[in-house]
Amino acid sequence: MQSHFLVLLVAIPLIAAPVCVLIKSRALVWALVSVVSGICFLLSVKLLILVSTSETALTYAIGFWDAPVGIQYRLDMVAAIVAFIVSLIAFIVALYSRVSLKDEIKAEKIPLFYSAYLLCLTGLLGITVTGDAFNLFVFMEISSLASYALISMGKNRAALISSFRYLIMGTIGATFLLIGIGLMYAHTGTLNMTDLAQRLPALLGKQSVQVSLAFIVIGLAIKSALFPVHIWLPGAYTHAPISVSAFLAGTATKVSIYALIRFLFTVFDQTYAVSKAHLGPAFIILAVVAMLFGSILALKQDNLKRMLAYSSIAQIGYLFLGIGLFSVSGLSATITHIFNHAIIKTTLFLVLGCMIYKLGHAQLSQLNGIGKRMPWTTAAFVIAGLSLIGVPLTAGFTSKWALVSATLEQEYLILTALIMFTSLLAIVYIWRVVEAAYFKEHETKTTTVKEAPLALLIPLWMLVILNIYFGIDTTINIEFARQAADSLFGS
Amino acid sequence: MKILGLFNYWMVILLMLVGLYMVIASSNLVKKIVGLNLFQASVFILYISLGKILGGTAPIFLKNAPDTVYSNPLPHVLILTAIVVGVAMTSLGLALIIRIRKAYGTIEEDEILEIENKQQ
Repeated sequence: MQSHFLVLLVAIPLIAAPVCVLIKSRALVWALVSVVSGICFLLSVKLLILVSTSETALTYAIGFWDAPVGIQYRLDMVAAIVAFIVSLIAFIVALYSRVSLKDEIKAEKIPLFYSAYLLCLTGLLGITVTGDAFNLFVFMEISSLASYALISMGKNRAALISSFRYLIMGTIGATFLLIGIGLMYAHTGTLNMTDLAQRLPALLGKQSVQVSLAFIVIGLAIKSALFPVHIWLPGAYTHAPISVSAFLAGTATKVSIYALIRFLFTVFDQTYAVSKAHLGPAFIILAVVAMLFGSILALKQDNLKRMLAYSSIAQIGYLFLGIGLFSVSGLSATITHIFNHAIIKTTLFLVLGCMIYKLGHAQLSQLNGIGKRMPWTTAAFVIAGLSLIGVPLTAGFTSKWALVSATLEQEYLILTALIMFTSLLAIVYIWRVVEAAYFKEHETKTTTVKEAPLALLIPLWMLVILNIYFGIDTTINIEFARQAADSLFGS
Repeated sequence: MKILGLFNYWMVILLMLVGLYMVIASSNLVKKIVGLNLFQASVFILYISLGKILGGTAPIFLKNAPDTVYSNPLPHVLILTAIVVGVAMTSLGLALIIRIRKAYGTIEEDEILEIENKQQ
């Protein structure tokens, strides 16, 4: 039974997705999705334990066709961490979505919504477990197509055009990935990642192999919204239903970055990526621009959803900064931050969900005095905000610490200074909300607003507690991330 | 001769650039989807060309003729999957365009931008 866990992680949500369409009852469909994402979460916990106790990666041959002929599923430490965080976020957002969707989506569309939600989860988990380059492309398209549909369900008509823009950018990115994989196949005759890793080093002098790396990096950079190909992200996160924004902000871009790590470190030789392709400086420069650009634009936004979207662009900058250092500590900082940022950003979006549920909007200028009337919601925002800034005893601190020590290790003092500076900017944009919530007098017309219902607060506070828990118990986000980075560099 | 022999690949590059140009340059949303389709079709041709061998037949193993030259079926099968993905993308894109037309009354991106800017 245990050997089938790997494939079950993908198969269960995939089978449940069409079942959702058949169920008419809204409560029943929600229960099914919660149970399915809960099972995925338990499976990923079990898999994480299995991987951490075994020496080698777990593998599974689909249909008993052994690699490299058949499609192989392969789960190593970094994949297990990403699968864990994706299914955790999916589970909590699913719990949260029952009440928050009521106002946002028409009742008859809810089964369709959940069907797309599970398909998106299938794709994201599939990317993490697959060991086959083409299979990765297919899963990426499953998750992307599902997320275009999810975003287009937003209340505002701008959701449609945002979703369309994302579709155009996402398809170009995915097709670039497809070209890259095809060129690799043309030279090696294999699609299995471990097999590719053995055959590619001898072929790195070939121009078309170099071009394939370029296509893959650019394609995945579009998918993960690295500056300057981030333009789809703010619109998509602003206009999507809040559960979708929370789910995608926590998982979709992170999984794309995971795929990039997979290609750069497992399939290609990382020494090649640094010394010949000069990806290090390119990533670092773009990352720094993204950090500054995202944080500064976040300062100006009145719509808090848009503010968090720009903050995400800045955080993606941190992730690419860690990869760009091409050191064990840099990579482990990236993995740590993938984990922490997923929790932090999802918490913040869920807070906005509570505000939107009660107030009908999340405009900063109309939130004065909200702290007194929605104390639990606002407190959650403060804790998650502290975590985003990187205050000790929160999860965010561990990633800032890891990133700073990785830059210090290579004596890039200017990068250390820039990380500090953009954290200061994060303090400013989080403070704007805190100031409005606690220190400004509220206008009379919003006095009737009460605290959000428990059905929203419980999932929200589960994540808030995790924000603190992973700041204290750092087994997964520091130790396991370090092990993952070590094994990626060793291979 | 070498340039002519790579005719497929030249066409792939041409189609790819034409497709990408259409996506970027045209303001009409349907034309953007057409451009994306051209762009994807170029990649399909790239894959199919990779697997084709001159004079090769269908990949069926015959006992009495084990030396038969056949084309590599794998890229062709991969591209079947990619075509399915492309069809899904096209239908989703067109469905979105219908909804956009209902909501905005136009499918020209610059006009939609104007409407959006007026609202803010």
